[in-house]
Amino acid sequence: MNETDINQRVAAFLEEHDPGGDRLEFLRARFDAGLAWVWFPEGLGGLGAPRELQQVVERELADTPQLNSGKQAIGLGMAAPTILAFGTAEQQRRFLRPLWTGEEIWCQLFSEPGAGSDLATLATRAVRDGDEWVVDGQKVWTSGAHHARWAILVARTDPDVPKHRGLTYFVCDMHAPGVEVRPLRQITGEAEFNEVFLTGVRLSDDLRLGEVGDGWRVAQTTLMNERVAIGGAPTRRGGGVMASVVSAWREHPELRTHELHQRLLALWVEAEATRLSGARLREQLAAGQPGPEGSGMKLAFAKLNQELTGFDVEFLRDLGYDDWAFRRSEDVDFFGRGPGYRYLRAKGNSIEGGTSEILRNIISERVLGLPSEPRIDKDVPWKDLPR
Amino acid sequence: MTLLYSEVEEELRSSVRGLLADRCPPAAVLQRVESEPNDLDLWKTLAGEIGVAGLLIPEELGGAGAGPGEAAVVLEELGRSVAPVPFFTSSVLATRALLPTRDALLGELAEGRRTAALAVSFAASPYAPARGSSVTVDGDGRLSGTVSGVAGADVADVLLVPVDGDLYAVEGAPVTVVPSLDLTRPVATVTFARTPARRVGACDVAAVLRFGAGLLASEQLGVAEWCLDTTLAYVKERHQFARPIGSFQAIKHRLADLWLDVVRARAAARNAVADASSVSVAVAASWNAGVAVRVAEEALQLHGGIGMTWEHPVHLYLKRAKAAEIALGTPGDHREALASLVGVPAPGAE
Repeated sequence: MNETDINQRVAAFLEEHDPGGDRLEFLRARFDAGLAWVWFPEGLGGLGAPRELQQVVERELADTPQLNSGKQAIGLGMAAPTILAFGTAEQQRRFLRPLWTGEEIWCQLFSEPGAGSDLATLATRAVRDGDEWVVDGQKVWTSGAHHARWAILVARTDPDVPKHRGLTYFVCDMHAPGVEVRPLRQITGEAEFNEVFLTGVRLSDDLRLGEVGDGWRVAQTTLMNERVAIGGAPTRRGGGVMASVVSAWREHPELRTHELHQRLLALWVEAEATRLSGARLREQLAAGQPGPEGSGMKLAFAKLNQELTGFDVEFLRDLGYDDWAFRRSEDVDFFGRGPGYRYLRAKGNSIEGGTSEILRNIISERVLGLPSEPRIDKDVPWKDLPR
Repeated sequence: MTLLYSEVEEELRSSVRGLLADRCPPAAVLQRVESEPNDLDLWKTLAGEIGVAGLLIPEELGGAGAGPGEAAVVLEELGRSVAPVPFFTSSVLATRALLPTRDALLGELAEGRRTAALAVSFAASPYAPARGSSVTVDGDGRLSGTVSGVAGADVADVLLVPVDGDLYAVEGAPVTVVPSLDLTRPVATVTFARTPARRVGACDVAAVLRFGAGLLASEQLGVAEWCLDTTLAYVKERHQFARPIGSFQAIKHRLADLWLDVVRARAAARNAVADASSVSVAVAASWNAGVAVRVAEEALQLHGGIGMTWEHPVHLYLKRAKAAEIALGTPGDHREALASLVGVPAPGAE
């Protein structure tokens, strides 16, 4: 399959389906034509084609109805690759089409109040009861839970073995009795996230993804995809957060100081070197030589975003704040909000999707080959761990 | 435009690295720096057998007709070895100054039979190209004055002296090597006193220095890579508190940050090769100079007491990194240039 084949398929598809008609019908038809994600297998929205050909499809269909990348982010970026890798044929057939079209929104039930960086120590229990599992526990940092039809869930099914081995991965029905979603207010004033309380939630065994006890391995697939999604880089020189800081700098000559000028230029250079690494990484991926550089991108962008947004507040000498109202936010409207909001929201960049400290551990152990810290929790049954 | 290495570049890298591993291990460099720092036997092999001296010179002028990408890879390897050879000073800076003149000397430089040095202070920059030079030319075409901080002058057969937009070739002028911070690339003061000179052609010194600064970033990458690799190996071996010190997060996190700096230095260096614009050069020059110094300083610290001794080669790299930070513009000089290049004007500027 090459670019010409893809172009032909897109042309044939557009002849039969009017992009100006019903949006949902169009997206369903696009999925059925294998033009949703071309690297997925045939019959599951793809053509079994090389992944880089997706950009050809996106280019050709740029003027047709698009997905909601914000609301669907967890479904598309995390649930879908995991279902593809570990789901049964029946699960793939049931979930992937409405996930892709956005008819069903997904959320993620991983982190808990007592299990953040050390996710494998999570305590939400799933107990088998015939053909069902009964789930009890509390999850947190769940964006989009109030829209979600389904969730990807990791729960403890065996407390008597060491923590990594007693986990199982499920698809959780967010409409099931016992699922309670409460907004969680952040330092910005709004609530992007939720707490999710699971009380006696019954899930049938055909909602299990992967083997019983294999949940940690399944979750790794999800988390790798999360970090790739979060590490995305601006592709234009001086773009992203830098663009908004520089435009404020140009608009307010009366606020400039020499000390701020030095700092801004140093940040500009760091942002550009970071952007170039992202560009080089993309070239490596396209050439089929993925490098370990990706592990560092999220770390670099978190630091840059935090320094730049902090710089912006200081430069503008802005003692105000645009809006503290407690409301649910559907998407992160980073550039539509004031500098104070951006500063506070960017604080989450070094926490969400793996803290910067955990990322440094991953780089030093997996890329640099440094030994791990001595671990006291690896061979101890989960139920005997101090907590 | 690509930020990756080509197959040709990788092959060249592997020949240079093989030769340097054999002939120029850090212990050998350390042994010679106080007596005769320049390794001219090694240079003969690099120039003659591998052919690095003529990389930037077109084939019709006797060179290899390669490009800055190949020269950059050689510089990465020479940086990794702090190899005391005049590649950067003769085959990059002097050669680049001479190229627009198409002078016959280029053929001799390409073969490595002779070497040249650009009689410009290593502390000059594309933004202040005359820094450190007081040379003037009189009506008879004779040169007078001094240039301080000239790198590679001590091994050069010919000095190329830019004066008022022209380039002059001088042979046999007095060159006084001064005790230098960088032991593996010492600098010298060059003195002219009504010295006869041959006018070679026109010379845009700022452009030459900008080209040099872009490529120096690749040498700085090599310096940083050696420091990082050597430190990683050390912290895996060195035990304290009954553990390898590389298992402590306080150490691991610092190394992860340094690795990320080096990853970005590689991208910046390749970008300055692929696109030699003033912006790309200023980014690579300011970022990589800082990274090389930072990684060398951390390498010393993480080696503990042994890092402070003369017998461990890390000081050669620290000295190279610190001197190269000044060479062809400090990081601050390059950042200041970016202010107008990318539209981040200073207070009071438009």
